[in-house]
Amino acid sequence: MSRVPLLFRYRGREGMVAWAFHRLSGVGIFAFVVLHVIDIYLVGGNPELYNEILTFYASIPGRLLEVVLGAALLYHALNGLRIIIIDLWPRMTVYHRYLWWASWAIFIVVGVPGALIILRPVWLPLLQQLGLVA
Amino acid sequence: MTTDTTPTIEVSRTTRARVRPKGSRRELFAWYLMRVTGVALFVLALAHFSILHFIWDPAEQTAEFIATERWNQIFWRGFDWLLLMTVLFHGFLGMRTVVTDYIHRPRLREFTLIMLYTLAFLLFVIGTQVILTLPMRGA
Repeated sequence: MSRVPLLFRYRGREGMVAWAFHRLSGVGIFAFVVLHVIDIYLVGGNPELYNEILTFYASIPGRLLEVVLGAALLYHALNGLRIIIIDLWPRMTVYHRYLWWASWAIFIVVGVPGALIILRPVWLPLLQQLGLVA
Repeated sequence: MTTDTTPTIEVSRTTRARVRPKGSRRELFAWYLMRVTGVALFVLALAHFSILHFIWDPAEQTAEFIATERWNQIFWRGFDWLLLMTVLFHGFLGMRTVVTDYIHRPRLREFTLIMLYTLAFLLFVIGTQVILTLPMRGA
């Protein structure tokens, strides 16, 4: 039993998955914040190096990572709100699964258009090649 | 017979993130701070991400852009500094929870926490410095 990773050892359905995603996204965002404060510091200290790093942010792999970052941020924000609602209003515990699925609905509705905007340089040339847009 | 005011709903521990701490004022303060900064970040962090990905594109954001456009107004410098403060408290309190959950050897735990707080202080210093000292230039 101890060979099963801690995250999957306990089968707690939605609440458990929500917790695991919250922790993973939180640690991921934390790592990015550390990197991001350091890169912004370079704007004053070493602008040339900052601009070099920025070309990665604007590249296709960089944009894919930004979509992952945005997804982590949006999930963490929505699930965090769900946690606060249940904390301040314990009777909502009865409906916590509905809250969880509602947060995923908002996640898709907000997240998909957001991802498409960030990934414009990926799909726009494709549409242009096909002659679908000018 | 004692009067019991506990809610009658059976609450699975997994449905709540972290039960409100009882008995320690410091832990209760951290618990509330996590939630207050969380609500603030819901607005600040999502707005920051949206502005710099949906209104501006990463391809435009050179060092020149930040000096002449993004941090051209006190308001946006203040906004980003407030975001820095809330994210440092929220992020490092969150990492403190993760560290105490997984690291049990007392000296290793203490060492990791000290490293964590040192990193938080360092980010506070360099983040505040760049926001305060970057010359404000018009476009």
